[in-house]
Amino acid sequence: MNFIDLWRRHEFGAVAKTIASKRPADVRRALGRARGSVDLEDFAALLSPAASPFLEDMAQASQRQTVERFGRTMRLFAPLYLSNACANVCTYCGFSAHNRIRRKVLSDPEILAEAGALRSRGFDSVLLVTGETGRVGRDYLSNALRLLRPHFSGLWIEVQPLPEDDYAALAGDGLSAVLVYQETYDERAYLRHHLSGPKADIAWRLGTPDRLGRAGIKRIGLGALFGLSDWRADAWFTGLHLRHVETVHWRTRTSVSFPRLRPHEGGEVPVTPFGERDLVQAACAFRLLSPEAELSLSTRESEAFRNRAFRLGFTSMSAGSRTNPGGYASAPDSLEQFEVDDGRSPQEVAAFLRSQGYEPVWKDWDSTYDGFAGPRRARSPGNAPEALVS
Amino acid sequence: MIPRPLVIAGAEFSSRLFVGTGKFSSGEIMRRSLEASGTQLVTVALSRVRTGGEPDDILGHLDTGRYRLLPNTSGTRNAREAVLAAELAREALGTNWLKLEIHPDPKYLMPDPVETLLATELLVKRGFIVLPYVHADPVLCKRLEEAGAAAVMPLGSPIGSNLGLESRAFLEIIIAQSRVPVIVDAGLGAPSHAAAALEMGADAVLVNTAIASAADPIAMAEAFRLGVEAGRLAREAGLARAEAGDGAPRASATSPLTAFLGEAAP
Repeated sequence: MNFIDLWRRHEFGAVAKTIASKRPADVRRALGRARGSVDLEDFAALLSPAASPFLEDMAQASQRQTVERFGRTMRLFAPLYLSNACANVCTYCGFSAHNRIRRKVLSDPEILAEAGALRSRGFDSVLLVTGETGRVGRDYLSNALRLLRPHFSGLWIEVQPLPEDDYAALAGDGLSAVLVYQETYDERAYLRHHLSGPKADIAWRLGTPDRLGRAGIKRIGLGALFGLSDWRADAWFTGLHLRHVETVHWRTRTSVSFPRLRPHEGGEVPVTPFGERDLVQAACAFRLLSPEAELSLSTRESEAFRNRAFRLGFTSMSAGSRTNPGGYASAPDSLEQFEVDDGRSPQEVAAFLRSQGYEPVWKDWDSTYDGFAGPRRARSPGNAPEALVS
Repeated sequence: MIPRPLVIAGAEFSSRLFVGTGKFSSGEIMRRSLEASGTQLVTVALSRVRTGGEPDDILGHLDTGRYRLLPNTSGTRNAREAVLAAELAREALGTNWLKLEIHPDPKYLMPDPVETLLATELLVKRGFIVLPYVHADPVLCKRLEEAGAAAVMPLGSPIGSNLGLESRAFLEIIIAQSRVPVIVDAGLGAPSHAAAALEMGADAVLVNTAIASAADPIAMAEAFRLGVEAGRLAREAGLARAEAGDGAPRASATSPLTAFLGEAAP
């Protein structure tokens, strides 16, 4: 079954009502499940307002299960924005086609300059990000992956949804993982926020993880942009999507991210409230739903929040992020997609994690797994992240 | 509360107890045991039935209007033999349903995972509804599902052993991730084992030895019927957990993890 058929079986408003109707007894039952046996009804209870008084219990369980599965580790990665060109008009995004900003698509030398800057900061896995336009389609990405492959162990992308055979081809160029956030599973809100451009096609986006799975992509990242609609229902649908990927594309690893709407170029968007407490509740609920999914904590969040929330179930963090193309080296002043709220360098974040008894993980993948067994670029000792701390 | 019916390849079953037809002391005892079990699907070993049209000890006592027949390939040792047996069964018994059972070893009758996967791929292409009998191996079950198996039949413990759900930890994984019905087959020795399998979330169980070899097979068939019904009903009713689960509220930690968030907004 394709996810879109599953999605059509659940009406967004009805799901929101079901979640709102959950009682403390439902939350207790969900918390009483053995690890890995939380079902989607339990998940609804954990996301519900009734779970609020149980947040400490959820956090304790989430932390315990995360440590059991992952140890006290935190994968660090950085986004590498390749372009801010975009054909979509979206109400919430700084790259929206109607915004009169200078568009930039990184050239080969610029891409390599960014790669060098990220490597010197210690990163070994990067997330390539673009807007949605034909200029940054399969050929552009294929070239970027081949340029970057020798420099990084893990190459992730967060780009426009592509056809299955494009994904299969990019996998051959060294692609390790793909993130594709649905933004919202509420069709009406989706149409309200995605006014024109390819992204306005909700079905194409909903079907992307299935195309990724069929193309054999080894890791698929899901998420909703919390704030566009009822966050509890959006989180539940993301969980439904996660379960679908876990069972149908069962060879694939999964990750879930928790982006929240941030201030950006292009004006104010009315958002539904999704506070820090809600974010913690959502993340803990996901951990209890899926003991093995990677949960990612964004640099959109503040330093103060990240310093306390990282241990509640998260297993990866971006650090020292620039959300503008060329932001690390070649064009530091180009327009950013959103403001980051944690301005620390990756080394400062790593040092903090160590002070808390956590090991920052720079490398958790190898290009061998992506079929690249050839000689790698030699690394001088100066490239070791430890040497960069001081 | 009426438990939901089980659907396999479009066929509905209100009974979740499948029964094997071997080892009964007489055709009549078998007939009455099947009746008492309430089953709607019975397995028949191709090796045991006369396929030439002459009167048959087993088929002669089966009301085929009442029971769907599930021929099995017991006795075959590899995929090639299983495909031949399947074709013969389809012709002789007039059904494309098949319990695929390949065990090269005559002592423990352990299913051969490699040959079973291969045979499933071949038989699905030939239009069979394939229900493979396998070890409780979660990856194998996913591979079989992808190959087009209509259900998977992982074993609870060695066949005929009456040991129950020795493979429980693996069955739980199979049940959690399967997209086709999971029928626990082999090794269930008591109605409580069957009930436990259904409580765990298995879609059905297949029982033969424990019924056929009981001192009173008819009474035991009824006992299994009740066990299966109780297990399924309990599953759907929402089982409470006896022990505290992993996320159960515990004594409050010395340093709360969420204190920094403050209280919930009213």
